[in-house]
Amino acid sequence: MSGPKERAVFLARATYRQRRLRDALRMLPVLGVVLWLFPLLWRGTGGTGIAVQYVFGVWVLLIVLAAALSRGLVPQAADEATEDTD
Amino acid sequence: MVSFNLLVFVALGYVALLFIVAFAAERRARLGQSGWLRSPIIYTLSLSIYCTAWTFYGAVGYAARSGLEFVTIYLGPTLVMVGWWLILRRLVRIGRAQRITSIADLISSRFGKSTQLGMIATVIAVVAATPYIALQLQSVTLSFAVFAEAGGQAWQGVDLNRAAIWVAVGLAIFTVLFGTRNLDANERHHGIVMAIAVEAVVKLLALLAVGIFVVWGIGGGPSAVLAQIDASPISKWDQSGGRWASLIFLSAAAFICLPRMFQVLVVENADETHLQTASWAFPLYLLLMSLFVIPIAVVGLNIMPAGANPDLFVLTVPLAMGQDGLAMLSFLGGFSSATSMVIVSTIALATMVSNHIVAPLWLNAGSGPGASISGDVRRVIVTARRLSIAGVLALGYLYYRLSGGGTALAAIGLVSFSGAVQVLPVLLGGIFWRGATRLGAVLGLLTGLIVWMWTLFLPSFGDAVFSTDVMINGPLGLSWLRPEALFGVAGLDPLVHGLLWSMLLNTGVFFVGSVLSFPTPLERLQGAQFVNVYADNAGARAWARSGAGAEDLLIMSQRILGGGEAQAIFQREAKAQGKDGFLPDVTPIFIEQLERELAGSVGAATAHAMIGQLTEGASVSVEDLIAVADEAAQIMEYSNQLEAKSAEQDRTARALRAANTKLTALSVQKDAFLSQISHELRTPMTSIRSFSEILRDMDMNPEEKERYAGIIHDEALRLTRLLDDLLDLSVLENGQVTLNQERGVLSDLIGRAVASAGASGRKIEISRKTAREAIALETDLDRLVQVFINLIANAAKYCDADQPALKIIVRQNDGQTSVDFVDNGSGISPEHQDVIFEKFARLADEKRAGGAGLGLAICREIMERLGGSIAYVPGQGGAAFRVTLPKAQSMAAS
Repeated sequence: MSGPKERAVFLARATYRQRRLRDALRMLPVLGVVLWLFPLLWRGTGGTGIAVQYVFGVWVLLIVLAAALSRGLVPQAADEATEDTD
Repeated sequence: MVSFNLLVFVALGYVALLFIVAFAAERRARLGQSGWLRSPIIYTLSLSIYCTAWTFYGAVGYAARSGLEFVTIYLGPTLVMVGWWLILRRLVRIGRAQRITSIADLISSRFGKSTQLGMIATVIAVVAATPYIALQLQSVTLSFAVFAEAGGQAWQGVDLNRAAIWVAVGLAIFTVLFGTRNLDANERHHGIVMAIAVEAVVKLLALLAVGIFVVWGIGGGPSAVLAQIDASPISKWDQSGGRWASLIFLSAAAFICLPRMFQVLVVENADETHLQTASWAFPLYLLLMSLFVIPIAVVGLNIMPAGANPDLFVLTVPLAMGQDGLAMLSFLGGFSSATSMVIVSTIALATMVSNHIVAPLWLNAGSGPGASISGDVRRVIVTARRLSIAGVLALGYLYYRLSGGGTALAAIGLVSFSGAVQVLPVLLGGIFWRGATRLGAVLGLLTGLIVWMWTLFLPSFGDAVFSTDVMINGPLGLSWLRPEALFGVAGLDPLVHGLLWSMLLNTGVFFVGSVLSFPTPLERLQGAQFVNVYADNAGARAWARSGAGAEDLLIMSQRILGGGEAQAIFQREAKAQGKDGFLPDVTPIFIEQLERELAGSVGAATAHAMIGQLTEGASVSVEDLIAVADEAAQIMEYSNQLEAKSAEQDRTARALRAANTKLTALSVQKDAFLSQISHELRTPMTSIRSFSEILRDMDMNPEEKERYAGIIHDEALRLTRLLDDLLDLSVLENGQVTLNQERGVLSDLIGRAVASAGASGRKIEISRKTAREAIALETDLDRLVQVFINLIANAAKYCDADQPALKIIVRQNDGQTSVDFVDNGSGISPEHQDVIFEKFARLADEKRAGGAGLGLAICREIMERLGGSIAYVPGQGGAAFRVTLPKAQSMAAS
């Protein structure tokens, strides 16, 4: 019983996953900002060497996450028009 | 040693290679084989123009001076790219839907295709980009100088200037050749994008090669280099939080707002899904570009003599180690960075200048008929673009000469960035907020531009513009206007200070201006289309009527798009409309579509103005919007009326049907009544006739004569009574009866009735309680008595008991008086109880009745007239009728 015409309250599993994937995509820059502002709290501890490794580590993490999320994304999903109100 | 001539030769050879690549790409695109030219990889690589010579050379210098802070310039774009779903996707979608040609075009188009806004945004872009172009010229000439020095000839200022001129001229030629070849509707430059992609690979390989050489060739492996970092002057981690956060924000904003970035991100974007790949691939590119910056800086600081320019470590370290090939590659990397940036930047700026400054001015100068007559617009636009390219490069060269070319590269870069991001509030407000208005945008942009110039741009010239006195004490002694301590906020880093104030004031003024002003209709249409770009709304049309002829439009379009393309568009439309030839009907939809096509070449504002001239200003106006709204309201009202009317008709039809049913029933009743009447009349008439015939024709004795005459008399009486009754009933039923209100006592009335009824018909024993009948009444007494008589007579007639008896019982309940007439007969069977009050409702034994069956009907009519009622009361041991007297009258009398 999945009448796609009217706005369903509950989505099919695949569509639901797509929505949450987009949520994750939206949160990715926030994650990046938080992680990259962290070194500012390091007053006195650690040197540039550690900071370099940390910053680049976060960078790799973001790239991997972005690649993984973008791969899973179906670009022109059918529910494009309603996506902002999911 | 690399000879200088060899270097020049290699550089020229490299440029020739780029020419060939660009040319081949253009060719393939023209042949329609653009498949892999539009792959996501090419798109990602083209984004690399973000990494300019500033990155290539300057980042190392930056790192040598300030440590890890340089990396913030790449963190911002990374955040924007991984967050592409939020902003970039929307920008690209809008760019495609609206045929946006530049960032100034986007802003102008969003705010009602405003020429004024396009100009302001263009001015900001040009002012902000000029130092940056100067920076590229400087870095290329400096790199030439490095090789010249290595070759034994120390360059003087004159040599540097000459080299800068040659570089500028060379770049201008390349850009003019490939950047203004076509004015095609999409404003895409396959040749240039391809050349940039090649350059992106070259500069990445060059920097990686130098980095690998430094880490493994000189430094002795990653761990050793890490140890060197910790031992170096930049090892201490004391990053200023304000600068770190500000720079991440600044670079993120600049990534969106820089004209050249907008060009490759949005304008040259061929497919939205390319963003998906670029979202991780471009951050990876940035990561690789900055991976070896700190090692190169640290190792450079270690091995180079003190006082060596760290901005050139990428070149000088390989040279110092005798790696000429690597140095050459590195030179080409830097050269690529500089040229690709300058090329795209000048194209973007030239597009903006020609579309938003030259074209409007030219349209105005052509005054009046304008677009439809003199000159070839296409040639004007292309010429303007070529001149703009030359002009922008000339400006860059001028800035390079004026600034002396000595300042640290990164500082200029950041000032330039913070100028470009003044567009950000208006840009984001425009695509996310429908309430943003043109006035707010103009005020916000101007505020941002002024504050930026005052706090960052002008101070960057040093003493040449602002004297030390102004910097310390403020202009004219106004200390709150000090460029680096605005409103008394002192002690901040100058860049953070300038960025903070310019963005705050810019955003604030933009917001307040938008909230307080009212947008024009076109602004509101555009605003809705931009903000709701995902909900593909055909929406309202910007062109209400079409005053233009198809031929005029075709002539104009040919002048802008060129004959072939314009004719193709017109032919396609004509075909869609089912017509032959090149001239379709000029519908508002077609005009809008054509405007978009033109906007792809000359920008939204100019395209709108040109079409506006042809259509005689028949653009949408407030009146049109109101008219549309009125029309809609009228249609709605009309349909409401229709609905109401149809409901009313429904009701009428129902009423008519009901009336019809009733009439039919009445007609049936009438027929029944007539046949009944005829029957009732015929019976006595028959006996009268037959007995009178007997009297006439036969001889008989007097007794018999008397008897027959008696029968005739009786029958005539019965006939009279029947007619009286009918008349009476008819009068009552028609409501023509006039009631004769009198006062009386109930017992008297019953007495009269008993007496009257007893006078005729069978005897019946009547029992009553006179004491309880002493009730005063005010009503039509005669009529009431008539009812009583009727009831008593009926009882006398129909009571089938051996000793007929009638009880008259008077009751008073709640002030209601009722009189029951109960006889001792067998009563009326249930199936007859319903009909006894109907006309002619005589029960079985017709013979005994002697009446026409109208008595009870008359009684009912009378009681209704009097305001009371009469009913049959079953279960009383005989026939029982209850007369309920009208309440008011009985009350009033008591």
